[in-house]
Formats: sequence, C-alpha cells, structure tokens
Amino acid sequence: MVAPLQHIIAVAGLLFSIGVLGVLFRRNAIIVFMSIEIMLNAVNLAFVAFSRYHGNIDGQVFVFFSMTLAAAEVAVGLAIMVALFRNLKTTDISKISSLKY
Amino acid sequence: MADTLYLLVLFPFIGFLVNGLGGRWLSGKQSGLVASLAVAGSFLIGAQLFLGLLARPEDNRRLVQTLFTWLPVGELNIHVTYVFDPLAAIMVLVITGVGLLIHIYSIGYMRDDPGIRRYFAYLNLFTFMMLNLVLSDSLVLLFMGWEGVGLCSYLLIGFWFSDAAKARAGMKAFVVNRIGDAGFLIAMIMIFDRFGTLSMADISWLAPGAGIDTTFITTVTLLMFVGAVGKSAQVPLYVWLPDAMAGPTPVSALIHAATMVTAGVYLVARNSALFALAPITMGIIAAIGTITALLAAIIAITQTDIKKVLAYSTISQLGYMFIALGVGAFSAAIFHLMTHAFFKALLFLGAGSVIHGMGDEQDLRKMGRLRQLMPTTFMTMTIGALAIAGLPGLAGFFSKDEILWSAFNSSGGISWIWLVGLATAGLTAFYMARMLFLTFFGERRWAEGVKPHESPSVMTVPLIILAFLSIVGGYAGVPEALGGHNALHHFLAPLMATFQASGEASQAANHPLELLLMLLSTGVVLVAAYYAYRFFVQQPGLPETAAGKFPQLYRLSNRRFYVDEIYALLIIRPFRALADLLWKWIDVRIIDNLVNLAGRTTERLGGALRLMQSGLIQHYASLLLLGVVFILLAVAMG
Amino acid sequence: MGSADILSTLPELVLIATALLLLVMESAAEPHRELLAATALGGLAIALVTALGYGADGLYYSGMLQVDPYARFVSALALVLAALAIMVAVPYLRRTLEERGEYYSLMLFATVGMLLMVKAQDLTMVFLGLELLSIPLYVLAGFYRHRSSSNEAGLKYLLLGAFAAGFFLFGIALLYGSTGTTSYSGMAQAINSGTELSRVLTLAGFGLLLVGFAFKVALAPFHMYAPDVYEGAPTSMSAFLSTGPKLAGFATLLKLIAVVFAGTMVHWWTAIWILAALTMTVGNLAALRQDSLKRMLAYSSVAHAGYLALAILVTNYDSGFAMLFYLTVYVLTTLAAFGIVSLLEEGEESAMPGVEACKGLARRNPWLAAAFTLALLSLAGFPPTAGFLGKFFLFNATLDAGYLWLVILAVLNSLVSVYYYLRPVVAMYMQPGKNTSALPIPRMLIPALLALAVVALGAGFIPAPLVHATASAISAIL
Repeated sequence: MVAPLQHIIAVAGLLFSIGVLGVLFRRNAIIVFMSIEIMLNAVNLAFVAFSRYHGNIDGQVFVFFSMTLAAAEVAVGLAIMVALFRNLKTTDISKISSLKY
Repeated sequence: MADTLYLLVLFPFIGFLVNGLGGRWLSGKQSGLVASLAVAGSFLIGAQLFLGLLARPEDNRRLVQTLFTWLPVGELNIHVTYVFDPLAAIMVLVITGVGLLIHIYSIGYMRDDPGIRRYFAYLNLFTFMMLNLVLSDSLVLLFMGWEGVGLCSYLLIGFWFSDAAKARAGMKAFVVNRIGDAGFLIAMIMIFDRFGTLSMADISWLAPGAGIDTTFITTVTLLMFVGAVGKSAQVPLYVWLPDAMAGPTPVSALIHAATMVTAGVYLVARNSALFALAPITMGIIAAIGTITALLAAIIAITQTDIKKVLAYSTISQLGYMFIALGVGAFSAAIFHLMTHAFFKALLFLGAGSVIHGMGDEQDLRKMGRLRQLMPTTFMTMTIGALAIAGLPGLAGFFSKDEILWSAFNSSGGISWIWLVGLATAGLTAFYMARMLFLTFFGERRWAEGVKPHESPSVMTVPLIILAFLSIVGGYAGVPEALGGHNALHHFLAPLMATFQASGEASQAANHPLELLLMLLSTGVVLVAAYYAYRFFVQQPGLPETAAGKFPQLYRLSNRRFYVDEIYALLIIRPFRALADLLWKWIDVRIIDNLVNLAGRTTERLGGALRLMQSGLIQHYASLLLLGVVFILLAVAMG
Repeated sequence: MGSADILSTLPELVLIATALLLLVMESAAEPHRELLAATALGGLAIALVTALGYGADGLYYSGMLQVDPYARFVSALALVLAALAIMVAVPYLRRTLEERGEYYSLMLFATVGMLLMVKAQDLTMVFLGLELLSIPLYVLAGFYRHRSSSNEAGLKYLLLGAFAAGFFLFGIALLYGSTGTTSYSGMAQAINSGTELSRVLTLAGFGLLLVGFAFKVALAPFHMYAPDVYEGAPTSMSAFLSTGPKLAGFATLLKLIAVVFAGTMVHWWTAIWILAALTMTVGNLAALRQDSLKRMLAYSSVAHAGYLALAILVTNYDSGFAMLFYLTVYVLTTLAAFGIVSLLEEGEESAMPGVEACKGLARRNPWLAAAFTLALLSLAGFPPTAGFLGKFFLFNATLDAGYLWLVILAVLNSLVSVYYYLRPVVAMYMQPGKNTSALPIPRMLIPALLALAVVALGAGFIPAPLVHATASAISAIL
C-alpha cells in the first residue's frame, strides 16, 4: 500500500518544523547544526514524494545534489566549530555573542 | 560668444583644486590671492557676457552652451547645459561680484588662521557650486549645486572644529536642510515623471499648455517650496541660520546673507511658470514670507550678539523676498535679492571688521562709542543700515517699496500682507538703528585691555565698494512713479510668468497712490529710527527703568518725560516682552526643539535598532522565522 | 554533453582548474606564496575573456544553463568584482601574515557559484550555485581561525545561512511539487497555463525561495547576520561578502521573477513593499549610531539592499535596467570603501577602525581621503556621482509603477543616510589626527580605487557607456 501524497508531505512538514524548533531552542552549536540537517532531510523526503507523485525522477535527482551539498556543509561547519572551540572553549551558541549592536 | 560660458564655472573650480591639492606649497596670502583671482576671472567673464546680453534684442537674451550630453538614453536626455539669461546674469554678477569682495576681505580677516588654505579651497568650491546652481538648465545639475553649496556651508560653519558648539551648529544646519532637500528631490522626480524632462526651460514652456491638474501642480510646487524654505531659512525651518553664525564672519556674509540662502528665492523665480499655475502654493508662500518677515524682525530687536541681529535680519529680509514671490512679483523678489546682497554683505563684513577690531568680541553690550576709532567701518555700516532700513534714494528703498507696492496691489488695497510688510519696515529701521547706536555711539562699554582699531585696507576697501553699491544698486529699478522706468523689471520680464493675482499687472497706473505709500513707509521708517535714537542714545536706561518709576510718574512734571514713560511702558515694554517671548519660546523652545527632536528621534530609533542586534544566533534565527511567517501571511492575504 | 556545452561553461571550468591549481601550489613542500595571487588573477582574467568572447548565446547542458547578454554582463561584473576583491585582499593578507592559497581558491569557487546562479535555467542549478557561493564564504568569513571574532562570524554565517538554505530548499521542493519540474521554462509554462497542482503550493514555494534570496542579499528581517558577520570577517572578505552575494542574489532573483513568476507577482506586492521599506529604514537608522566603519558600511549595505528591492517589486524593463546600473555602481564603490577601511586598520591598535581612524586622513593621504570621500558620496547618492544616477533611475522606475509613498520613503531614507556617510568625511577633512605620517598605499589597491573613480565619477559624468551596456543586458530578459 502506498501512502497518499498529503500524508508524506505532512510528515515532511512536521520533520521540518522539528528541525526549525531545534535550531531555535538548542544551545549546543552541533545540535543546532544537526537540526538544520533534519530540515534538509525533511525537504528530501518531500522531494521524493513529489517525484513519485509526478512520475518523473527530477525530484530524486535533486535529492542527490542536496545530500552532497549538505555533506559539504557539514564538513565546513564542523571545521569552523572546531576552530571556534579551540579559541573559546565552548560550543554554547548563547555564549557566542561578542559581535553585536 | 556663449563659448566662454564654461569658464565662469571653471575658474573657481581651478582655484579649489589649486588650494585644495597644492595648498601646502602656498602661503596663506598666496592662497587667498589664487582664490580671489579665480573669482575675479569669473566676474570678468560674467560682466563681459552680461554686456553682450544687453546688446541683444530683448526677446533673444539667452546664451546657451551645452558642454556635453550627460545622459543620452531613451526618454532621459539630460544635457550639461549652462544658460546665461537675464536672471542667471544677475545671480552670476552678485555671486562673483560680492563674492570677489568677500574673498579679498577674507585675506585680511583670516590672515592669522592656520586653516586659511582649507578655508579658501572651500570658499572657491562654494562659488563653483553656487554658479552651477544658477547657470544650469537641468534640475539635476541645479540639485547638484544645491547639495554642493549645502555641503560647503556645512564645512564652513564647522570650520573651527575645535569648538563643540560650532560643530553642533553645523550639524543642525545639516539636519534642517535635509528636510528641505527631501521636498526638492521628490518634486524633481514627480516633475520628471509627468513632463519627461528635467530641463527647466522645457518645463516652463510645457507647463502652461499641458492642462495639468491642480492637485499635481500644487503638490509639486509645494514640495519645491519646502526645499526653498529649508535653504532660505523661512518659518519653520529657519532655526539653522542664527546658529550658522558660528562660522567665520565672511562666510556668513557670502553664504548666509548674499548667496546660498537666496537659492530658494532663485528656485521659485526660475520656475515661476510652474508656481504661477498654483495659486494655493502662492498663497502659502506669501503667508510664510509674511510670518517670517515679522517674526524674525521682532526677534532681532532683543538680540545682543551683533551677528545674530544680522542673522535674524537676513531671515526677515528673505521673508520679504518670499512675500514678493507669493504675490507674483517675481522680478521684485530678484531685485530685493540683489540689493540685499549688497547691503547685507556690507553689514556682515562691517560687523566682521568690528569683531576683528575688538579682538573677537561680538556682544553689543560690550561695544559703544567706536565711531572715532573705526571711522571707515562706521561710515560704511551706517550706509548699509540706512540702505536696509529703506532711506529714500538708497538701494533698499527701491526694492522694498516695489515689494510693498506689489503686495498692496495684489489684493487691490490694504491687506494684512501689506500691513505686516510696512510694520516690518519700521521694525527693520528700529533694530538696525539700535545695532548701530549700540556699536558706535553711547558710552564705551568695552573691557579693559581691549584696544579697538580700524581694520587694514584689504578689509576696508571691500566695505567701501559695497557701500557704494548699496547706494547706487537701487537705481537699476527706479519705479515709474519716480520717473524711472524700472530697468531691472523689464530686463527680467521675458523670463517671469504672470500670476493671475499678480501685483505687477496693474502696476502701470496710479502713480500718485504709489508715491503716497512710499511717503507712508518712509515716515514709518523715520519714526522707528527716531525712537531707536531716543531709547538707545538719549536715554539708554529708559525701557528698563520705566516700570520701576511708574508710581512716581505723577509727581514728575516734565511732560516729555511723562509721554515717553507712558510710551515706554505701554508700547516698548510689551513689545520687548513679546520679542523675548517669541525668541525664548517659539524660537528656542518650540521650533528649535522640534528640529532637534527630529534629529534626536531618528538617532534614538537607530539606537533602539542597534540594541535589537543582540549578537545571539538564535535571536536572529527567530527573526528570520518571523520573516518567513510574514511573507507567507502576506501572500495568503494578498 | 557536447563541445558546445563545454565552451559555454569555459569561464567556470577555467576558474575551477585555477582553484585546484592553487590548492596544489599551497600544498607543495615549499609553496611560492608570492605567485598565488598572480595565478588567481590570471585565472580570473582568462575567465573574463572567455565569458565575454566565447560560446554562442543559447541553452546548454540539456537546458540547465542559459547564456545570454544578461548572464554575460552579470558574469563579467562578478569576475571583475572577484578580481578586485582579491587585489584588495592581497596586501591585507600579507600584512596579517595569513596569505594562503585556500583564500584565493575559495574565492574562485565562490565566483563559480555566482556565475552558475545567473546562468541557471533550472532551480537545481540555482541551488547548486547558491551553495557553491555560500560554503566557501562560510569558510572565508572564519578564515582567520586564530581570531575569535572571525570564528564567530564564520559560525553565525554558517548556521544562519544553512537555516535559510533549508527554507530555500523547501521552497524548491514545493515548487517542484506544484509544477512537476524545476526548469524555468517548465515552471513558467505550468504557472501561466494554470496546470500546476495547486496555486497555493506555488505561492508558498516562491515565498520560501524569496526567503533564501532575502537572506543572501540581506533584506530585513533576514539581515541580522550581516552586520555581525561583516564586522567579524577579515575586512578584505567583508568587501566581498557585502557585494558578491548581493550581486548574484539580485541578478538571479530578477531573472527568476521576470522569466517564471511575473504572473504571480500581484500576490507579492504587499510583502515586497514592506520588506523594501523595512530594509532601507532599518539599515539607515541603525547605521546612524555606528562608530565602527565596518559596521557602518554593513548597515549601509543593508539599506542599499532595500533600495534594490524596489526593482524587484516593479520588475519591468526600467526597473531592471535601474537595478543593474545601481548594482554595478554599488558593488564597485562598496568594495573600494571596504578596501580603504582595510588599510586604515593598520594604523590603529584595535582591529575595528572607527570613525576616529579617519581623522586627519586628508592631510596624511589626500588622494586616499579623496577616494574614500568619493565612495561615500556616491553611496549617499550625491550628484553628480553615479550613485545619484542609480538612485534616480531606481526611484523613477518605482514612481512610474505608481509607488509614490515608497519613493518618498526611499528619498527620505537616502537623505538620512547622508548623515552617517558624511561623518567619516568630516573626520577626514576637518579633524586633526594623532598620526600624521602618510599610510603606504599598496599597489594592489590602486586598481580597486581606479575602478571606483571610473564608475563613481566616470559613470557619473559620462553615464552613456554604462547605461547602454546595462540596457542591452536587461533587454535579454525583460
């Protein structure tokens, strides 16, 4: 049995919201970053669902691109966080606010 | 012959470059010489072009030189075009002529100032910008000059940057002028949107026949007028001008009396074709002019700083010019602009000479009895004061009476504009006489150690020339009622639109009435001057002591004294109280504060926005999310 | 994939090859660092020649990319911008002893991203280009890994950028869901013929797409990261951060709207109207109270995004032309301004030069002060600089479209902005500085200053060439 499109999109939307909330409320930079990954994966889910619905593979191809880019982003992101941790000895983003006003 | 037009603007620009870039290799005197020569060059070219213009038939007095096409694209065709027509000619001669004298004077005045090269560089740049303003045909180029003179004025007001109050004064001038500029800029964009051109000649030609709706023309002219109000220091945007007196005195003479502040008058006169189509705007202009003329004249009476007296006087006289514009007497406004440039520059330079001779003292209460010590300054300033007061035969008399006559005519009889104009003439005579008496007559009130002396001839010669101009300047426009034929009016006439309720239209007739009114205004002036004499020379303590002596009044048998006391009590004192009230309340508290408030509120808002920038990532992310929600909601509703 | 395809992406390929070469050079046992910048600039020069001269206009890579005069113009501008940004960076990097091949290499990758974005004819390409632009910039913002301010800038840019990219991606997904395709032409067809799955889905999709662009070009309230990141990033990088993404973002968004979403814009007027008004007001007001030159320029760049958004609101030939003209002037003047600020850093002990640092500059370096004044006056929109013309075109196009109140607000805003643009000018010319010795001006900075003079003054006095170039570029899409 195939789940109807609406259900999958709803799940994707829910997942996306969870990601958004994670970004807004978690303090640890790495977890925030993972929340962003959840958002991206929610979108991937939507892509696949739409792809199946439309009966073409454009959406699935897109998912590959988006996964690749997400991986690149993770690589860069973790590198930045490591550098930051070396200097500031913290990954708590509520404590990183020397640049303001 | 128009080929040399560009030299007019080029000379001051070269002067600016030489002084600005090569200043370090010049001595102060050389720097002043370069600057003066540059302006002299412009003046000579201007004079030559002016003579050429006069030689032409009346309907063909227009020299045009297009330097290059600035924007040749599609509907936008902006040429860098200089136009030398009668209006431009008068402005150019005033700017370069009076400007030259002020440049020369500055060589003496600024002699010991370490920033003298910078000073002359700015002064030349100012002249360049001002010439661009009056010579350009395109509103864009005019706006460039408009902003440019504002910038120079701002730089020169704050010239002595070490003084915080002076730097603030520069800022205030800046903020107020922003308000005016906003009006101008919006008007410009609206005009372009409607007419598809920014050439003022084209607009003047298109406007009357275009069948434009009244709302549009009223809006545009009002916006332009807002620009003029800011630049020409009219109510309610006049507050910056008295503060601008913080700059060097020759700057006050050049920028804040003779040239830049008259740019608003010029703008309205230049676009008279537009304004003549907007009776509502014209009414507002006349009203603002009237209020300004009266208010500033009253405030001038109680000022104790010699430059502040002159500053308020300038505001008041600019009000006069706007009265003329508002009643449709455009050429009368330009006439007064010209004569005012002569005598007000003279008065400012004279005041500068006094300040210089007194060792930087500006307080009238600490002067007195200077007439023997500074004979040239005294004589020339007296001529200036008589000219501004409107003594028959001097420059101010002719131009002022043309304005009063136009105001009288525009409503076909006695109107409140005319009455206020007349009253202002009296007040002008009063405060000018007061200033003169307090400076040069009475007792010596200066402190020990001050050694007043006459200024060097590099400063007094310009004074003498200006005094001469203040005497003869009015003969360019002797009214027909006095047997003249108002040459200036006819010279300008081809450029000026006719306003339906124009005071000039019916001017031809009724010479006897015009003569009668002249006599009346002369009478008012003389009476006012007489009272100034009584109060400030004969019995200097009178107004102050009047009230204290009131109980003993009846015991005094001296009848003259009795009348004077009553007069002082009933008229002078309330009047002084009113002047104080106007100055302390309306001027300092309300208008000044409103302007400051506008500036501060903007800054505070900026400060609040700054605090929103907390530096916290999640804070920013929440706002980002808010933005997302907003965008989605906006589309859901739209 | 035929040779025509290869030829059409020659600039990108050249840049990628150069970028890889730079990485190899850097990892050599004894890297010749003095050659790095020259190599990068050489690559950019070749790319510029190929971008202008090679390949015919048309669709390539199965309709993924499109070469047209519009793409060529923006690409050329992007390449020039990148080259100037590298030149501004060289003295800065050398002075701070951080010159490494990665910097230039990453700059080139980011440039490829910009080129792909404007050439894109498919949302897949837009997304790839956007990320290719963004990811190197995250690294570059945090390039000075021993400076905690640089770290913080990198992290902020990364987290917020990725967050915004999530919405952007979601937008693409919704558009794909609604139209069944990601190609411009396919989407345009579906939208214009009404065969999309649901109009609501399309609108929501475009809305989220807009969020992604708004973040990149720093429209309020998506601008919050900009001042912090520009301040914390190395100054040579702030110069590029405040110009490159704006150029690519606005150019791509305009094309996207013109080609695909023109029919749905009626739904967006309110939203974009408010975004534009908010952005210019917030940017200008906040800039009023800044003492740090970098932050001041950062807020100024936010304000300029607000003006540019007017063009997006209107999206017709006039506004598109005005936007390209404005963008050209804006990116080159802002770049030069940041370049000058990066020089001022040297004389000061603190890393963030404030308005103070300008004091007495007119006496120390008259030409530098004149250049900085020119840049600021052009940004403020003083006639006769090109900045004034740009504003004039932009406001006029907006007024033509009937947005009188927005134009009035924009004019008021630009007049407020004069206040903070003139503060450094006043400091330079009217206040004596502690330091009186002249700053050495690196030769590498001179091209950026020349470009500034050419565009701000040259295009101010003789605007015709730039006007013709932008007009013919814009007629390719509008």
